[in-house]
Amino acid sequence: MAIAGRMTDARPRNVVLYVEGVQLRRGARVVLAGVTCAIRRGELVAIMGPSGSGKTTILRAIAGLEPFQAGRIGVDGVTLEGGATPPSATLRALRRKVGMVFQFHCLFEHLTAVQNICLAPVHALRVAPNVAAARAHELLRTFGVDNRADALPRQMSGGEAQRVAIARALAVDPPVLLMDEPTASLDPARRTELGELLQGLLRQHRTLVVATHDEEFAREFATRIMRLKDGVIAD
Amino acid sequence: MRHSRHIAILFIAYASIARLAAQSQVLRWAGDPEGGAPFVEADPSRPEQVVGFDVEVAELLARGLGRTPEFLNVTFTSIDQSIARGDADIGMSGIEDTPARRATLAVTMPYYEFREVLSVRDADASRVRTLADLRGRRVATLAGTIAYEILLRAERDHGVRAVSYEDDVHPYSDLVIGRVDAVLLDNVLAERRRRAMQGFTILPQTIAIGHYVGVLAPSNGPLRDTIDEILRRAMRDGTLQRILTKWRVWNDDQPKLYARLLAGEPVDAVTGLDTSVSVATMTSWEAARRYFPSLLRASGVTIVLSCVSMALAVLIGVLIATGRVYGAPPVRAALLGYVELMRGTPILLQLFVLYYGLAAAIRLPAFAAALLGLALNYAAYESEIYRGALEAIPPGQLEAARTLGLSERQVLTLVRGPQAFRLALAPMTNDFVALLKDSSLVSVLTVLELTKETQIFATNLGSWVLPGSLCAALYLAMSLPIAALARRLEQRWRSPAA
Repeated sequence: MAIAGRMTDARPRNVVLYVEGVQLRRGARVVLAGVTCAIRRGELVAIMGPSGSGKTTILRAIAGLEPFQAGRIGVDGVTLEGGATPPSATLRALRRKVGMVFQFHCLFEHLTAVQNICLAPVHALRVAPNVAAARAHELLRTFGVDNRADALPRQMSGGEAQRVAIARALAVDPPVLLMDEPTASLDPARRTELGELLQGLLRQHRTLVVATHDEEFAREFATRIMRLKDGVIAD
Repeated sequence: MRHSRHIAILFIAYASIARLAAQSQVLRWAGDPEGGAPFVEADPSRPEQVVGFDVEVAELLARGLGRTPEFLNVTFTSIDQSIARGDADIGMSGIEDTPARRATLAVTMPYYEFREVLSVRDADASRVRTLADLRGRRVATLAGTIAYEILLRAERDHGVRAVSYEDDVHPYSDLVIGRVDAVLLDNVLAERRRRAMQGFTILPQTIAIGHYVGVLAPSNGPLRDTIDEILRRAMRDGTLQRILTKWRVWNDDQPKLYARLLAGEPVDAVTGLDTSVSVATMTSWEAARRYFPSLLRASGVTIVLSCVSMALAVLIGVLIATGRVYGAPPVRAALLGYVELMRGTPILLQLFVLYYGLAAAIRLPAFAAALLGLALNYAAYESEIYRGALEAIPPGQLEAARTLGLSERQVLTLVRGPQAFRLALAPMTNDFVALLKDSSLVSVLTVLELTKETQIFATNLGSWVLPGSLCAALYLAMSLPIAALARRLEQRWRSPAA
């Protein structure tokens, strides 16, 4: 298993997210065999690859959800080192830099759309509840789902739930947003709407990393496509 | 073919007659050997056999009837009902003659006269003479006895506080350690405990006089009459005196009683307690009207006990479940040990240990011990429900909360806990209703709750039909609103899907 050379010196300017030689095993199975890449601020990078190639795993490692055995990940000044459990202060700092939208949205089932969006600003960032609620309604309006503000997740369609999940991730204002298979449950019309929505986020200087199987979506909306194969970036 | 059918009929008839004949050769008698000496107790050298003066009186009766005595172990408070339903021919275990028993069962002539006497701690012996001297003090006795009736009247007349026990040993041990201030019981029981225990004095004053009798089913009048004849013979020829002397309970009261009985004089069931207002002689409506307030009061005890212990059980259960899900391995092992200990041993045993077993170290008041006992036991069951519910929350929910920057504590209290609570609600409601009913077990710690009060009512009335119906109605009145509330909450949380 080759470890990619450190790219600190060669790192392009304006990089907000880098992955250096990340290796990740689950038991005997090698999932990531030395992944290296750098992503600039304002990019929409689509990570593509066959099932089991490690697309979701690399997103989870960047989000601090998956420990990795070797390598390094840096997000806007916060660094995770391979082989070590990250200190809780590092994880806390990382959460301010990276938001994540899961494939199945993972909205909190007991909370309405607005409550889902307000939870982290109020409790993690200590934003006043009325300020957080106003911002939540504004996000819902932006994404065209303000009429679902008081709906519970099980009362929403797949597209609505996804927009609420994006709004929830953006409510803590992270510079990097990770999305796992965002088009998996969308019809073509909704897929186009999503692409336009993501491009709107790019205009706000956010950086998006999207793991997807959807070649057409990637070609149409991504600024760059990276392909994972056998645990490494193929091109 | 016809031959074989005849043979079969003859065989069945022969077997039935033989069975009946064998039954009529036996005198089945019911008693309670738990703390029952000198009446009935397990023989220390041969625990499978019973000894006591009631055992010997039963043998005397069986001999007189030409039968073999056969003992049936029945809880003291259930002997009347057991006899009425035909489990045994006669019940004898220091059973008191009361108007209720005379009205509902076939009662033998008395064979022993006892006195209700007060016992107090040695230090109080010079200050107390009668129940009137015990205003505001706790006085213990056995539930469902004449002494208990006397104490209930004394509650109204003199302001004493009656405390009912299930056995006749713990009232005296609790008297000595100060949990109660006096005990009112038969002189037979008081003197027996006095021989085994220091620290209390039996006062010489007689509070009331009563008699021990045998009880038979109401339809067993002819057998009762034969038994009375055997008892009269034993009074005349000194057999009863020999038995009672052997068991150290013979005294000057007995020859006087026997003289009156043999002269055909009527003997009142109880002297010193006005029994003209016994529930047994009332209409059902009147009995219900008289007992309903005390049943309501007992329901209050049940509901307070259940609500507070459930609240405590939930709190402790949540802590245990959290420790089992998030704790370090030694913490998890210790909590698992606690859960298995509480689930693997009877709650009755836990209550006894908490109240009586630990009395030397911690002297908990009865209500506090009951509350704590129920809470500690139910906490083990609750913790398993919450642990299961916590572990049922999909990992994606927790990861989503973590990526938003919530701390592990916030993940638990804001995301995992509330969702787990919704899953746990139905089994929790189930447990609460179960706790409401299990709270009846705490009567062994002298807490007078609904089931115990009903049992006393039923004993005095000589029937379970009315008290049982009222008791069931009250339990339902308490449990149905809880179930309805839980259903409403579940419905609120289960809003229609899109």
